[in-house]
Amino acid sequence: MRAVVLGVGNILLSDEGIGVHAVNSLAARYSIPAEVEVIDGGTSAMDCLDRIAGSDLLLIADCVRSGREPGALVRLADGDLQAFFRTRISPHQVGLSDVLATLALHGISPARTVLVGAEPKSLGLGLEPTPELLAQLPALVGALAAELAAAGLRLEPNGFCNAAE
Amino acid sequence: MSTRITIDPITRIEGHLRVDAEITGGKVTRAWSSGQMWRGVELILLGRDPRDAWTITQRICGVCTTVHAIASVRAVENALQLEVPRNAQFIRNMIVAAHAIHDHIVHFYHLSALDFVDVVSALKADPVKAAAWIELYSDWPLNGKEVMKQTQERLKTFVGSGQLGPFTNGYWGHPAMKLTPEINLVAVAHYLQALDVQRQANKIVTILGSKTPHIQNLAVGGVSNPIAVDSQSVLTVDRLMAIKTQIDKLADFVNKVYLIDVAAVGSVYADWTGYGAGVMNYLSAPDFPIDTKGTEFMYPGGYIPGGDLAKYQPIKSFGDDFLGKGVEESVKHSWYSYSKAGALHPYKGETTPQYTDFQDEGKYSWLKAPTFYGKRAQVGPLASVLSAVAAGHQPTIGIVNKLLETVSALAGTKIGVSALHSTIGRHAARAVRCAVMVDLLQANWQKLIDNIAEGDFATYNKPVFPKGEVMGFGFHEAPRGLLSHWIVIRDGKIANYQCVVPSTWNAGPRSEDDAPGPYEASLVDNPVADPEKPLEVLRTIHSFDPCIACAVHVHDQDTRQAVRVRAL
Repeated sequence: MRAVVLGVGNILLSDEGIGVHAVNSLAARYSIPAEVEVIDGGTSAMDCLDRIAGSDLLLIADCVRSGREPGALVRLADGDLQAFFRTRISPHQVGLSDVLATLALHGISPARTVLVGAEPKSLGLGLEPTPELLAQLPALVGALAAELAAAGLRLEPNGFCNAAE
Repeated sequence: MSTRITIDPITRIEGHLRVDAEITGGKVTRAWSSGQMWRGVELILLGRDPRDAWTITQRICGVCTTVHAIASVRAVENALQLEVPRNAQFIRNMIVAAHAIHDHIVHFYHLSALDFVDVVSALKADPVKAAAWIELYSDWPLNGKEVMKQTQERLKTFVGSGQLGPFTNGYWGHPAMKLTPEINLVAVAHYLQALDVQRQANKIVTILGSKTPHIQNLAVGGVSNPIAVDSQSVLTVDRLMAIKTQIDKLADFVNKVYLIDVAAVGSVYADWTGYGAGVMNYLSAPDFPIDTKGTEFMYPGGYIPGGDLAKYQPIKSFGDDFLGKGVEESVKHSWYSYSKAGALHPYKGETTPQYTDFQDEGKYSWLKAPTFYGKRAQVGPLASVLSAVAAGHQPTIGIVNKLLETVSALAGTKIGVSALHSTIGRHAARAVRCAVMVDLLQANWQKLIDNIAEGDFATYNKPVFPKGEVMGFGFHEAPRGLLSHWIVIRDGKIANYQCVVPSTWNAGPRSEDDAPGPYEASLVDNPVADPEKPLEVLRTIHSFDPCIACAVHVHDQDTRQAVRVRAL
């Protein structure tokens, strides 16, 4: 079992970077076992292709615009994800969908792909997410950990970080 | 009657870019290039510690992370007149070269080859004939008929599965597609192999930079890679030997596959040597410094006015006044306002947004329009390669000549250096530069090994920030061309910061005197067979390597009703 947790987004644009903040927070709070690779992909999905290739689970953290309340969590898997890429809700999906298609062409797609995202409030300039999204960060991180647990990869909290960071 | 088309990409990879073209009588008559996203990173940097700027600037762009990091530390070092240990220069040079190789290969095979290669046509190819053809020109071991057969099978499966992914809306069967099914099949085989090869280049960046996509090992004053001949967890001889193995694999692919493919495409599409020249003032920077002060470089750079190589003027050192004093940015056609009239030098640069709508004769872009001593200039591998030729850089001249010989043999007619001033020439120059980068990677690896062998383990000089104001600029010849970061530091904090990026030089709107930028100028006179499938426009724009996937809206000029076509 090999899982990749990929955070995507631009951390210069406040809530746009929530996926990156989520995976960094995941890595800070939990002991990450050898079977799990956590990647801060930024907006460079293509550069991550090598590590996504042939994984058993690709877990993507991203900001997702679906017209819900700011901070609302969204989960998309496999079939739904195809539709997500077709309708282009996230700014990063061009890069990501191209990466996934390239992997498919090579016959080295991840066995499963799941996306966990949060609805942004602002995509304005700034290194910090908005308070609404920061408040949801623990829930987003929890959702990522739950996905891994469901795949049989239970992460142990490392005790170094508390929930409010 | 003229038709107006708008190509408006969605990706955020390098900021949105929109291109409008007016087409009359099957040709582009006027064009507008418009940056659709405000890049306000400069404002985030104000008041921060200059030592942190590089970690923030490498987030500007998803493709060019490393290059912004490099330009940023060089800017701060220039402001402080801080020398950089030679080991650090070599390590940075290797990262820069490996990144460039990765980037050039990805650009050609994965982002622009499909403008010329008809993937669906490859299904009709005879794999035996395809192998026989390519084996005439290259002894690359993965050119055999078995490889071609497997490639075709894989492609059939993929197309049959109905999930064409990035190929879905390719312009298959477009009248401007001209390669034979066999050449198309060879190109698809290499497209797949390129993926593995660019991974090798990326591994080098990962080993040296600690992480990708965002490297961790830079520091103002050097690099944070401690060197030890026998320790774990630092840069050891073992790790350096691992890098050497990767370099050799890259060299093979670039010389035996990439250069040959570019020659093949260039020979069949020789008419594209007649389109896309655009702005023929070329500007590039020297790079690959080998001394601590940045006065000796392994690769030259400078200015070539009007495409005349005899008038080449070199840029000689970090902080060179010829570059430092020549750059200005105009916002006459950009969605910004300045507090005074005219263009501004980057040290005095201002970032005050003033959005209007898209005005053909007024403001229409979030990009500023840079000029060099008042003139528009084209940047990128073509500028860099032409400078090297003008400067008498023998390795580059050798590779250019060899490439032109291959193209001439394939085309059955003599093709000279002047063909480089074109859409297809930019692809050729990128391949040449990629081959040069492999040599430079190799050479810097050797220099690092030799320097360590002499007992020099230094990788870092500590920066000291004076009271009061200092300013400086850092340049880097990035895969897309000249990148410069300009910084003003007051009492140890950033007081002003401006990034003048390659895409600003090339994709910028009209300037203070309404002169079109390189994208805009290069599109004029391009043929367009079908405005609903503006493949030819994409060919010229993609030749600059804008690293974008795009959606195309086709406007009817009378009704302004948009039809949306997706382009690759």
